[in-house]
Amino acid sequence: MKLNKINRLGFVALVLAVLSSCENSETQTVTSLNNLVWSDDFDNSGAPDINRWVYEIGDGTAQGIPGWGNNELQYYTARPENVKVENGVLKITAIKENYMGAGYTSARILTKGLFQQKYGRFEARIKLPWGKGLWPAFWMLGDDENGSVSWPNIGEIDIMENRGDEPTITHGSIHGPGYSAGNAVTKSYDLNARLDTQFHIYGIEWGPNYINYYVDDVLYNQITPDDLPDGTNWVFNDREFYIILNVAVGGSFAGSPNVETVFPQTMEIDYIRVFN
Amino acid sequence: MKSLEKIKNQTILTLLLALVFLGCERDISDDAVLASFASTAEIFTDSPVGMGSDFYFPYRGSKATAWSVDDSEGYESSSSMRFDVPNATDPEGTYAGAIFRVEGAGRDLTNYDALTFWIKASQGVVIGELGFGEDFINNEYITTLSNVSVGTNWQKVIIPIPDASKLIQERGLFRYSAGTQATNGLGYTFWIDELKFEKLGTIAQPRPSILNGNDVSVNTFIGVNIDITDLNQTFNLGNGRDVTIAAAPKYFTFSSSNPSVASVNDLGVVEILSAGTAVVSATLGGEDVKGSLNINSIGSFSLPPTPTRNASDVISIFSDYYTNTTVDFYNGYWQPYQTTESADFSVNGDNFLNYTNFNFVGIQFSNPTIDITSLPNLHFNMYIPNGVPSNFDFLVTVVDFGPDGVNGGTDDTRHQLFVRKTPSIVADSWMTIEFSLNGLTNKSNVGILIFENINFSSLTNFYLDNIYFYK
Repeated sequence: MKLNKINRLGFVALVLAVLSSCENSETQTVTSLNNLVWSDDFDNSGAPDINRWVYEIGDGTAQGIPGWGNNELQYYTARPENVKVENGVLKITAIKENYMGAGYTSARILTKGLFQQKYGRFEARIKLPWGKGLWPAFWMLGDDENGSVSWPNIGEIDIMENRGDEPTITHGSIHGPGYSAGNAVTKSYDLNARLDTQFHIYGIEWGPNYINYYVDDVLYNQITPDDLPDGTNWVFNDREFYIILNVAVGGSFAGSPNVETVFPQTMEIDYIRVFN
Repeated sequence: MKSLEKIKNQTILTLLLALVFLGCERDISDDAVLASFASTAEIFTDSPVGMGSDFYFPYRGSKATAWSVDDSEGYESSSSMRFDVPNATDPEGTYAGAIFRVEGAGRDLTNYDALTFWIKASQGVVIGELGFGEDFINNEYITTLSNVSVGTNWQKVIIPIPDASKLIQERGLFRYSAGTQATNGLGYTFWIDELKFEKLGTIAQPRPSILNGNDVSVNTFIGVNIDITDLNQTFNLGNGRDVTIAAAPKYFTFSSSNPSVASVNDLGVVEILSAGTAVVSATLGGEDVKGSLNINSIGSFSLPPTPTRNASDVISIFSDYYTNTTVDFYNGYWQPYQTTESADFSVNGDNFLNYTNFNFVGIQFSNPTIDITSLPNLHFNMYIPNGVPSNFDFLVTVVDFGPDGVNGGTDDTRHQLFVRKTPSIVADSWMTIEFSLNGLTNKSNVGILIFENINFSSLTNFYLDNIYFYK
């Protein structure tokens, strides 16, 4: 316990040193972009705002990636059982049920074609689901130029990913050519506080040749081209990205649910905001 | 002495509260602090902390000297508590177990969420029970983590508090019970260090349950008492693992949907008061508890005919009217083929055997066996609730163990008594069934009665009373 804490403090100190953007060692400058350019506060109950969000439906087969490329177990729908706005929060709910040949349903919504931009500060206030096999995520993919560029060349920025059986740990990652899937550039951050019983703010501040990762008021990582494997390229300076929110069930990252996993499970998003 | 202490403490608390309330005219003044008790977290760090001098109370039958302070072992220190679990044959005690009860008023644990400690053992073992909340006075808040797997390296154990708001004055700060069932009766040692209460803040997702989380239905009668059992609380820990602890009834708030039919007290004991239906459910710390007892009270329970034979002409196996012979068990729970469970109950102090999920069951009385040579008849009363199955076919077997006095061997003899479906086999009333045992070859070492369904009979539930041999 004590050692962990020391490590964490040491790590924060390291980040501070690397960033050298703080006025003094007492205060950490977490973000610098404050001009709000896009947001959804989820104030209107019902389906997500069609001017902001589109759905991805199915198990990935139609997209040519059954199991969404990760052996995931859920079938995404646009049904209110799986995705709705209620009491000022967006709720994405994973349900254990037989549906269209899958054992679970859930939802995945994205801003593709409706809101995309290069660089900026992207953050959301989220309360996570919990339990083995749950895999909630707040992430971004690069524009694929009408399908002419494919993953991982388009780039992927994972602002928050969590394994439901690690209720205090968030993961921030980037994927690109030569550093994707199991070889992504990742930092895991243990808040030593639950992510499933409290809302936390997960964000990145992204600019030329850097992506800063923060949770609440703690900057916990910066990724730059220097962090990439030798011989690989930074793909985050040349295209717009769109936002994705989803709750996956099972798959290579989180593993399958077990008998103790409680369903249904809901990810609640209080707001999502983008600043320049 | 102990209860006097308690009364004294309560009096002081009441006085303090009274003073506080007297001292303010409208609300409690900002300066006033409600009487509270020490909230010391630590029980043992390098030595016992604030426990007083007389705090270790062994369980009956355990080895009283099992606990000591070891100044050569410790978790990141040089001292720990050492527990030497004795061999099962140790004349001073066949296991180790005790409570640690703080002297004085008890501690306020309301700001903590778990008892934690580091533990290791001399070999890999499974320790039966670790917990807190037992004070040998009222034992109101006993909390138990069972079957804790302990290895030979230090590991941290977290025992969540089911509902800390209840523990405003707790004296039972630690309890343990460790035997040698899993080590072939051979003793071992384990060490505990950094024993304390903590506010971890990462214990979440409470899922309390009663009756193993099931909605259990019972048909019952006025006057019957039923204990709500299998009281548990499950949490998800910060490491993502679920942990389930047994929690005393006092942590729960029980309620009855129909108190005129069934009442329930704060110990989870249900009393049936009238005919009708009621559902007993519970909450814990404001959370709904999974599981309930659905009561269908049929009304007054008809009692079986009062036995009339002279006690001198009877050897009783089960009766409140006669003195029973020594019985080994009323349900042998013979695995794996037996499905029969017991739901024995009493009505106004009169006891009844109730076999549920019945296929077969044995009642054994072999220590000593009994001699029925002069009493070669069997009597019992039987009550079948909710209808007699159309395929009813019931067999009673009486077994004499022979001169060797043991079940099995070469000298056993048995006699089979058939209860066939006839118009006299009726539901919802007491039947008197009597048989002659003249067909039993030997009668001087009778040791067991076996009841069973035969020919695919689907009888599942019945009551028995007044089982005896007579002249």
